[in-house]
Parts: sequence; C-alpha cells; structure tokens
Amino acid sequence: MTGTMTLTRLALRRDRVPVLAWIAVISVLVVAGASAIAELYPQAAQRLALGVTVGSTPALQALTGPVFDPTSVGGLTAWRVTTMASVLAALMSILIVTRHTRAEEEAGRAELVGACPVGRHAMPAAAVLMAAGANLLTGVLIALGLAGQGLPGAGALAFGAAVSGAGWTFTGVAIVAGQLTAHARTANAIAVATLGAAFLLRALGDAARIETLSWLSPLGWAQRVRAFAGERWWVVALFAASGLVLVAVAALLARRRDLGAGFVAPRPGPREAAAWLRSPVALAWRLQRGTLLGWTVAFAVVGTLFGVLAHSVGDVVRDNPQLADLLSRMGGGADAMTDTFLAAELGVLGLVAGGYAVQATLRLHGEESAIRADPVLATAVPRRRWAAGHLGIALAGSAAVLAVAGLAAGLGHGIVIGDPAGQVLRLLGAALVQVPATWALAGIAMLLFGLLPRLTGLAWAALITFALLGQLGELLRLEDWIQGLSPFAHVPPALTGPVDPAPLLGLGAVTTALALAGLLAFQRRDLRGN
Amino acid sequence: MPAVLISGLVKRYGKVRALDGLDLTVRTGEVHGFLGPNGSGKTTTLRVLLGLLRADAGRAVLLDGDPYRNAVELHRRLAYVPGDVVLWPTLSGGEAIDLLGRLRGGLDQRRKAALLERFALDPTRKGRTYSTGNRQKVALIAALASDVELLMLDEPTSGLDPLMEAVFRETVREERAAGRTVLLSSHILSEVEALCDRVTIIRDGRAVEAGTLAELRHLTRTSISAELDRVPGDLARLEGVHDLTADGSRVRFHIDTEHLDKALKLLTESGVRGLTCRPPTLEELFLRHYEAGR
Ligand SMILES: Nc1ncnc2c1ncn2[C@@H]1O[C@H](COP(=O)(O)OP(=O)(O)OP(=O)(O)O)[C@@H](O)[C@H]1O
Ligand SMILES: [Mg+2]
Repeated sequence: MTGTMTLTRLALRRDRVPVLAWIAVISVLVVAGASAIAELYPQAAQRLALGVTVGSTPALQALTGPVFDPTSVGGLTAWRVTTMASVLAALMSILIVTRHTRAEEEAGRAELVGACPVGRHAMPAAAVLMAAGANLLTGVLIALGLAGQGLPGAGALAFGAAVSGAGWTFTGVAIVAGQLTAHARTANAIAVATLGAAFLLRALGDAARIETLSWLSPLGWAQRVRAFAGERWWVVALFAASGLVLVAVAALLARRRDLGAGFVAPRPGPREAAAWLRSPVALAWRLQRGTLLGWTVAFAVVGTLFGVLAHSVGDVVRDNPQLADLLSRMGGGADAMTDTFLAAELGVLGLVAGGYAVQATLRLHGEESAIRADPVLATAVPRRRWAAGHLGIALAGSAAVLAVAGLAAGLGHGIVIGDPAGQVLRLLGAALVQVPATWALAGIAMLLFGLLPRLTGLAWAALITFALLGQLGELLRLEDWIQGLSPFAHVPPALTGPVDPAPLLGLGAVTTALALAGLLAFQRRDLRGN
Repeated sequence: MPAVLISGLVKRYGKVRALDGLDLTVRTGEVHGFLGPNGSGKTTTLRVLLGLLRADAGRAVLLDGDPYRNAVELHRRLAYVPGDVVLWPTLSGGEAIDLLGRLRGGLDQRRKAALLERFALDPTRKGRTYSTGNRQKVALIAALASDVELLMLDEPTSGLDPLMEAVFRETVREERAAGRTVLLSSHILSEVEALCDRVTIIRDGRAVEAGTLAELRHLTRTSISAELDRVPGDLARLEGVHDLTADGSRVRFHIDTEHLDKALKLLTESGVRGLTCRPPTLEELFLRHYEAGR
C-alpha cells in the first residue's frame, strides 16, 4: 500500500473539478427536492393525498420506490429523490474508480507508477479512497442540507448515509469489474450494467410489490434505510459490508493477474481481414458490434420483463373496486395504469438508449485519444467518412436497441393479455418515438467532438441534465422552456392516440444540424496527438 | 518537382512553437534522413504533411499537392508508419495490415506474405498482445506492402532488434531501387548513414543543416593527434583550432575542416614524427548540432 497517499493526491489533482461538480449536483438535487416538496405540499393532508396517489400508481413506484411516510416532508423527499441520488452517486463512484485503475493500466501509465516504489495495491487503493471520500462528502452535504431545511436530524443523517452507502457499494462493484477485463470501457460497461440490473430489480420489486426482489438491489436498500420514516440503521451496515467484501474480492483477484491483463486470456485472431472489412464504416462496425450486441441483449431482457409485468401492475386496481371506481371517474382504469407504467418504463429506456448514443459517438474521441485515428486518416479515408462511420453506428444502434425493447415488451405484454400482434405494434411505436430524442444526444456528442474535443464529457452531463429535467422538472416547477431543453420533453405520447410527427421532425432537424456542425468543425481542426 | 517541399513552416501549440520556420526538401527517389533531438518537431512535421495538423504559416507541398486540402488523393500515393504504433485491441495484426492497406486503396497480397515472412511476424495475435517491436512491424508491413510513391516513416525501427533492423535496411534499399521516395525520421545514426542519400537536421523547429553526409562532414571538425619534434607556440592561435592539449611533445586538437590545410603545414614545419588524423564520426557531427545553442 506504500504510495497510496501520493497516488490519491495525484488523482485529486487530476480530477477535483469534475468530482466536486458531481458532489455538488447530487447534494443540491436532494436539498432542492426537499424544499420543492415543502413548498408544494405545505399541509399534511396534501402530502397524504400525494402519498395515496403514489401508493396506487405502480408506474411511479417503479421509477422512484415506495413511500414509507406520506405525511412528512422528509418522507416524501426520501421517496422522490433517494433512487435518483443513489444512482448518481453510484455512477460517480464507477467513473472515478475505473478512470483511476483500469484506464490507467490500459494507457500504460500504471506501469510507470508500478515501477516506482509503490505497493501493488496502491493504485486501486487510491481510487477506492477517492471514491469513498467523494461519497462521504456527498452524504455529509446532504445531511447538512436537509437538516438546514429544518428536517429532523436523524432522518437527514440516514438519507445522507443511504446515498453515500449506495455510492460505496458501487465503488466495490467498479473495482471488481476493473479486475475482470483488460479494457476500461468494458469495466465501465460491467459496472453500469450491474447498476442497471439493480435499478431493474428494484423497479420490478417495488412496482409488483415483491419485497424480496427489492432487497436484492442496493438501490432497494437505499430506500429501505427509511430515512424520515423510522430509520433502520442496520441497513447502512449492508452497504458498508458489501462494499468491503467487494473490495476484498478485487484485491484477491488482483493478486492472481498481471498488471494490464484481464482474466480472459486473448485468443488468436484471423490471419487476414474478412472481405467486408474494407471501409471506415466497416471498421466502426467491427469495433462497436460487440458493445452493441451487449446493449441489445440487455434491452431485450429488460423489455421482456417490463412487458410481462405490465399487466400485473393493473392488478392493484382490479383487486380494489373502490380505487378502480375512483380512477375511472378520473378517466383511467386498470388498462390506463398499465399504459402509464409501460410509457414510463419505455421513457427510462429512452434515456438509457441516449446513453448508448453518447457512448457510441464518443468512440470517435476514444480512437483519436488512443492515436488509432492517425493511421486510418493517413490512408485515403476522408475525415468526414471516418467520423460518419461511428456516428452512423450510434444512430442506427440506438434505434435498434429501442426497437428491440419495444418488440420484446410488446411480445411479453401481448402474450400475457392474449394480443401479441396488436401489442407488438403499439409498443414498438411507443419505443421508436423516443429515437429522435436519443439521436439529439448523439448530435450533441458529435458537436462536442468536433468543436471542443477536450470537453466531450459534457455530452454525459447533458444526458444527466435531461434525465433530471424529466424527473424533477415538474416537481421543481421549472419554467416550460427550461424543461423543454431536454429533447425527451418533446417525445409525443404514443400509447394513447395517434402520434404527432412534428416534434419528431423537429428533433431530427436539430440532430442533423448538430451533427453537421460537429463534422464540419472536426474537418477543420488538428488531430490530437499523444 | 521534389516529393516534399516545405518552406518557412510554422506550427504553434498554444505558446509553444513546435515548428518555427522549417525548410525541408525531399527529392523524388531519394531516402531522406530527418534527424533532430527529442521534441525538435519531427513528428509534428510529418503530421502536418499528412494533413492531420494545419500549419499556422509557411508553405508545404507534398507530391505536388496541398497536404491539407488534397489529403485523400495524396494518401493513396503514400504510406505512413507512426512513431507510436497503437493497434486495435480486438483486431489481429493480419486484420490491421489488410484493413490499412485496403483503406489506402489496396495492397499486394504476395508482397504482404513475403514481408510477414521476412519480418517473422505472427499475424494472428491480437493488437495488445504484440510486443513494441512487433507492433512496429505490423505498421511497417502495412506500409511496405502497398504500392506507393512515398513512404513516411517516423522512427520506424526504435523497437526492432538488430536482426530486424537489418531486414528493415534491406527493404528500404529495395524500395529505393524501385524508385520510391522515403522520408525517414530516426535517432539511429548508423541507420541514417547506411540508408540516407541526404539528411536534414532540425532543432527547435528549424532546419539547422541539410545536405549529403559528405557535405555535412565537410562542415565539421577533424581530430588530430601528432607526435612532434617541438610544439609550435602559435598552434593555439591558429584559426579553427579547438580543444588543444599538449602533453610533452604530443598534441591533440580538433580543427575545422576548412582550416585543415594551414594546420598541417604548421605541423610539418615542426617535424612530424607521428600523425593520426580522424574524420569526424557521425555522432560527433550530430552532437555538435544537437548541443549547439543549449
Ligand atoms: N499536442 C501537442 N500539444 C502541445 N505541444 C505539443 C503537442 N505535440 C507536440 N508538442 C510539442 O511540439 C514540439 C515538437 O514535438 P514533436 O513530437 O514534433 O518532436 P519530435 O521531434 O518528434 O521528438 P521525438 O524525437 O521525441 O519524437 C515539442 O516541444 C512538443 O512538446
Ligand atoms: Mg517524434
């Protein structure tokens, strides 16, 4: 472990700005959520009404989790923002850990460090320390902020502990993921997929009221700390223990492998390139197809699960005649409830597909930084064709994963209710209306790559901002134009009636403009060297 | 028209002037050595010639075209080996060679097979599992197997073992015999001496010397060690004499080659009993250029 402190300082020196930004966003989000709820629902009766509505809307619970105490501002805050803040803390931790372990090994910098008198665990230890510190600071700021809003101290502390706990557990997930593969991108993918699975387990568990499922997910634990609703402190120990176990597992794994290597030994490849591997688009496809396959499988699984479960979401109403009566007078019913659930879940999948679009577009940036763009662009390949290859994969890929999710959900739901053909068409449509919004994200990533290659990370910031606008825009009563900054705000409803094509065309035009501007800027700028 | 004609080229990175009025001419059909200390701007020059960077000022003509505007057409006629070869981790070496060749407009399969043989490269390994030298071989084979007019090689042998270095020299000689032009950036002086018709030495982004090796040698100093009857007192005052040491009747000094004649006259007048006269080694020649102005 010798040298851990020096390496931690190095990591801080390199990344303090983005990490502080993450911490600030997460804690401000939580505190703003609390203050919005206090302002919107000042009376206990109003809060109770909200709690009851939520309790009878599984779609909402799938997104946010259950309400444990609908009467207090704290209880509603915990319901509304715990999942979101925990997901963000987990993402922050994953990115910190991978960036300072696997990415360093992949870039060969770890060898420079490894040859110095530092312990073999110093580098992962420094990354873990940094992530733990960031999570701790986030938790403390949340606790202080919530207490500053006049909420009970114990609840504020529990809330902070839940969020930093989730971050800590995913610190462990990321450090293990980094041991399994030789590539930072794959390590990130494994850790983020684990986060996705955790979200899914929790969403299904909470929507269908299957507690065991929710308890399998660290994101489920975060809510079950029950901040402001009779805190259960022992759940915090689950976070601490799981994180420690994962870190220990990673240390054991690290001892069994060489620096820079993964667990899967690389196999020999073909002597010659396949006949089709002869254009920049073909190269982009060859480089990205594995990742796309992974995303497609994930979307198919998730789509199927949502589809199969959607009908049972309506059961809450079917089993409760009074509620059904109430809802039907409000213009809804069991089927409408199923539809809101499906629309909400497809909306989340749309955001995630936006993540795919950003990632696939930024492959350009990865190739350039690794100096693998130089040799290609030194052949007779025009820059725009090289860039268009990866962008094309991003656009086609995000459409494909959404289509697969829509098909799977339609098939699952259709088989359950005995109308496969009709539901496949309906849900495929509902999935595909999201495509232009995900494309806008690819456009943003392309523009950044062309214009500000050092700041391509802002494309991820844009995705997170859009997600937050969608989730919290209403609650925080943001102006319409601010909420409208998110392309997802313009996705027309597709399950309730005919789709309005105008916003889709508008998003398509915005994407085209962004992408063209990015391509033009890229053609004019210097390629970055080593 | 020369294959490469650069005059007054300037490239800035922020405040750093990586190229500061560079002049460089590479004649068609020659092997041109491009030398200079670390950070002097060799790679930058090659990347400007490839259109990967835009120059801030000056003129660069490559195969009668504009390296930036005509990049795509020009790249069909040239091949490049980067100084830092990074391969795709999921592609085998053979795939990378084929791919780069095809993107350039096709490669000669027979030539590729022959080169694989000569360089003793296993094309089935995946990108990351190659050693430094083998990665360089992948890039070299991809470049040499294409039928191009100009080869731009950025320190192509820095990772090769002596055996492979010999193969490399052989292939470059064949390329030259086949009428190709080679621009070779290198730190290996014996390689430059063995292969290059002309060299350009660059320092701080400026060409400090250009010409054939014979011409460059002429511009530098010869080292002389002589055993004399008596040491002439005015030797130290003679123009062009450097680093004079006298030890009894033995003197050693360096003399600028253009003043050699006068110095020898003075020595013979002092009764020469023994004389060694050594032309400058390449190392001395380059070190002088590399160090000057430090
Ligand atoms: N992307 C960059 N940003 C800023 N400065 C750069 C960049 N690339 C190169 N430089 C600077 O430009 C100068 C020339 O660098 P270059 O890589 O051309 O040198 P070189 O002659 O190839 O050196 P070497 O022999 O070490 O390969 C150096 O001072 C270097 O620090
Ligand atoms: Mg260089």
